[in-house]
Amino acid sequence: MSATLRAASRDALLSALVALGLFGPMIGLLTAPGPTGGLTLVSRPAAVAIAVSTVFAGRLLLLLWRARRGRRAAYAQNRALAEWLNRAGRYVGPALLLGALLLPLTGERYYLDLGVLVMTYVMLGWGLNIVVGLAGLLDLGYVAFYAVGAYSYAIFSTTFGLGFWTCLPIAGLLAALWGVILGFPVLRLRGDYLAIVTLAFGEIIRIVLVNWVSLTNGPNGISGIPRPTLFGLTFNAGGGPGSFADFFGVTPSITHRIAFLYYVILGLALLTNWVTLRLRRQPLGRAWEAMREDEIACRSLGINITRTKLTAFATGALFGGFAGAFFATRQAFISPESFTFIESAIVLAIVVLGGLGSQLGVALAALVMIGGGELFRSFAEYRMLAFGLALVVVMVLRPRGLVSGRTPSVALGARREISAELVAEGRG
Amino acid sequence: MPVLTRLLGLLLVLVVLGWLVFVFVTGTPYALQQLVNGVTLGMIYGLIAVGYTMVYGIIGMINFAHGDIFMVGAFLSLIALIALSSLGVTSVPLALALTLLFAAAIAALYGWTVERVAYRPLRGSFRLAPLISAIGMSITLQNFVQVSQGARVKPMEPLLPGGISLLNDPDFAVQLSWMQIAIVVTTLAVLGVFTWIVTRTPLGRSMRACEQDLKMAGLLGIDTDRTISLTFVLGALLAAVAGLMILLYYGVIDFYIGFVAGVKAFTAAVLGGIGSLPGAVLGGLLIGLIETFWSAYFSVQYKDVAAFSILVIALIFLPTGILGRADVEKV
Repeated sequence: MSATLRAASRDALLSALVALGLFGPMIGLLTAPGPTGGLTLVSRPAAVAIAVSTVFAGRLLLLLWRARRGRRAAYAQNRALAEWLNRAGRYVGPALLLGALLLPLTGERYYLDLGVLVMTYVMLGWGLNIVVGLAGLLDLGYVAFYAVGAYSYAIFSTTFGLGFWTCLPIAGLLAALWGVILGFPVLRLRGDYLAIVTLAFGEIIRIVLVNWVSLTNGPNGISGIPRPTLFGLTFNAGGGPGSFADFFGVTPSITHRIAFLYYVILGLALLTNWVTLRLRRQPLGRAWEAMREDEIACRSLGINITRTKLTAFATGALFGGFAGAFFATRQAFISPESFTFIESAIVLAIVVLGGLGSQLGVALAALVMIGGGELFRSFAEYRMLAFGLALVVVMVLRPRGLVSGRTPSVALGARREISAELVAEGRG
Repeated sequence: MPVLTRLLGLLLVLVVLGWLVFVFVTGTPYALQQLVNGVTLGMIYGLIAVGYTMVYGIIGMINFAHGDIFMVGAFLSLIALIALSSLGVTSVPLALALTLLFAAAIAALYGWTVERVAYRPLRGSFRLAPLISAIGMSITLQNFVQVSQGARVKPMEPLLPGGISLLNDPDFAVQLSWMQIAIVVTTLAVLGVFTWIVTRTPLGRSMRACEQDLKMAGLLGIDTDRTISLTFVLGALLAAVAGLMILLYYGVIDFYIGFVAGVKAFTAAVLGGIGSLPGAVLGGLLIGLIETFWSAYFSVQYKDVAAFSILVIALIFLPTGILGRADVEKV
């Protein structure tokens, strides 16, 4: 044991030295504006000491823990955890749905706002899950479709006075159209090329939004976007004829509108989920999954790769567009700032953490990352740092995501759970 | 069909080059200035692009965090320059040399750590895993620098003011600043050393062997893990040099510069032919020239769109790049 301890401390010491090299200049020497205007250095030895000792202690504990357990035990424990998660998943899903349905009964505005935010990301995650999780096409520009949906609703409603429910399908269809347009040129590209091209498309769309001032009002954005109505009933704070409060004879309250928005996004998200689950059992969904596993084999079995890829892009983009239109109507104001690469990265992180292809995992990941992120608002600047680290850590430790393993869509005889190590995506 | 697309792609490159020549011939002094600026910028992109192309050549993945290593290099250079000036080093060449060494050493450590932590455990995992991990690393580095050094733009006074006038036209004086000369000379020197490493040393030989066939190289006794690590280290060194150059050239940096520069350098690597080292430098020069001329003659707002569009066009019409070779995927 002492030999292990010695080896572990030597390794940890080396890690600490590396950490000193990494963090010494970057954390230890802060460049700050000095009294004369130029930059000066402020030294922060304490911060470096904390960072380096954290690395040392973390590495030491990790090594000792690993040495005690051994690889095989770690493997078995990992599998046991996956099995447990899968079993628990059967109850967690319905429980989450019930909780989501009942949330507005709390009547707390804070929870409702948070619920709307989380639900938006759940919907975006489920939409991107079709492209990344099912079809295996890494799309780093998903926010482009979100932006197309948001801007189509904003422009149609402020220019032509169309309502939310008329524009919702238009926004979705326009986003899907863009999905096809952007999908065409990248059909022949391999996974990583595809990723970087979609990223470029996302940036191009954002730059166009910033600079095409006559259509999008440039960086100032579009404001005064109308709120949605319930069969023509508005949700004015002041009540008045034709409003929800007036029709049902209740006191007008801002909570009604937020609860209504919450149910709209919940409905849209559930629609996404339902369509995905149905499509997955159809030939189209199976073609997506087959393509993800092996494109060449898929093509040689006679599946039309062009059509399969384009439908995946279009379907994913359609839901992104719906979510975008909802975002525009909820905020009543949109600007290109809301559609940066970071947004795509957050949605991708949700899909990856949840387990590529797993509907429940994506919902849980959105709840943890967005809801959790909101609870720790005071650490806001560390949030993206945590997102980035989480992507790396999950890929290294559980590459199939938090909820992995799944039952096959088609099986001969009894359907058996397939363990996480053997599949490329999570539970349906 | 592939031959046709390749021809079309080369034709596109020719058209762009022809346009550059045409612009150059017709509008001499102004265009000459743009040429000087474009070459300087292109050199910097080329330095970053070499890192992308090397890593892609060996393990076939896009090192998404490479642009952020470049950004880290720029910040390290800034820190070193301020530290040196407060320590009383007044000689500019000495300060630059020390800064270069410091930034390159620490950035190399960053490159090594990134490979060790985020990519090595994923060798043999599924197709998208290293790429997702690389995106995570990129976000991590960006936000690490934002948290540790602040989100504000960092300005720096020019170290080497002045320059020489190339052409004293009454309407437009063409300036070749000392800074630009320093950038081009340093870049060429660094690339020379780098070419020597790749073509003449045992390390370069094992790198080229790994690039041709990783498994076979391993069977023949090459320590592939070590070679891959050193490839990342070399790439990070070059990125750090580029970071110092961009700091000297623009005089302002922030934690976000790695993203756009990374995409552009990647475009350069693709355009030159991914996996080809001279191709990366050639692609970098092309991207630098196109971006500069586009900003000068069309619109500055859309200069990034121009670079991104070139990426898309290059991947569609010229997927093997100008100097790359066709790669057939075997089952």
